Amino acid sequence: MMARGLLAFAALAMLVVASSPARAVLPQERLADPALEARAREISRELRCQVCQNQSIDDSNAPLAADLRRLVRDRLLAGDDDARVLAHVVARYGDYVRLTPPLRADTALLWATPAIVLCAALAAIALRLRRRQAAPPAAKPLDAREQAALRELLRQGDAGGRGGGG
Amino acid sequence: MRRALFLLPLLCFAAVATWFAFGLGRDPSRIPSALVGRPAPAVALPPLEGAQRPAFALQPGRVAIVNFFASWCAPCKVEHPTLMRLAAEGRIAVHGISYKDAAADSARFLAQLGNPFETIGWDRDGRAAMEWGVYGVPETFVVGRDGTIRHRHVGALLDDTVARVLVPMVARLERE
Repeated sequence: MMARGLLAFAALAMLVVASSPARAVLPQERLADPALEARAREISRELRCQVCQNQSIDDSNAPLAADLRRLVRDRLLAGDDDARVLAHVVARYGDYVRLTPPLRADTALLWATPAIVLCAALAAIALRLRRRQAAPPAAKPLDAREQAALRELLRQGDAGGRGGGG
Repeated sequence: MRRALFLLPLLCFAAVATWFAFGLGRDPSRIPSALVGRPAPAVALPPLEGAQRPAFALQPGRVAIVNFFASWCAPCKVEHPTLMRLAAEGRIAVHGISYKDAAADSARFLAQLGNPFETIGWDRDGRAAMEWGVYGVPETFVVGRDGTIRHRHVGALLDDTVARVLVPMVARLERE
């Protein structure tokens, strides 16, 4: 009884270890040439499924993703290199189809934003630190009116102290 | 002045929140087409059997719309009366491409609801649609007299859009 349970557990554990994360690529979609298939998978991971927009066509089960996977594989079979396959799809579906936006003049700001924000934050911190380290401004001497007011307060404090204390 | 500084994060948050609030109202399916301004892709498609129309072909010199449809697509049914009206007006050529649909089903769809299309292509596996950058039906493209794609409409094409977008655009394209 115990041995059977252990065996079942071992089998289950092996299954879990052996299984890779599920992808949407169906067996009949795969190319016979493993090298070409690997390139197809690589390109597919870079292409956005336009139906479920945060998934790549490699992950998506949408029919359009399947069509695009087939298109990618057909282009590879036709002898296109990776860049040309990507360009083929981008020409029809636009830059948005790429999960990594291209680095161009009109996307430079997009790419530079994290660096800009980081620099701004560092600059702000540096400015603050420097200001804190700077000597505090020299105290301005009290003018005559302030001196009089201070004396008055001290006198009242002395009187109150004598009265309240014992 | 310094005292007002504590309002700065609040203001930043308000600005970002407003921006996001506007973003929430936007339809994420409305991705601009990469093909606007480019020549309409040449696709060779068989005619739709049973629809009694020639195979899909654009005639140069005439402003046209190309509508991707399918019998299994509910919004296609919704927009169909609009296409029928556009075809009846006869000002622009209305072409159809049946997308990933059994020919008999598409033909029956047109037989029941009316056939607004001058020419029809049968895109059984969605190959031609991918050439056009289509990612779902219905999608409608406006093609100028010179055969370049001028506009893409995603989703059902309703009378409101026709009046607001299509009519002024066609008038402009006809003058070109």
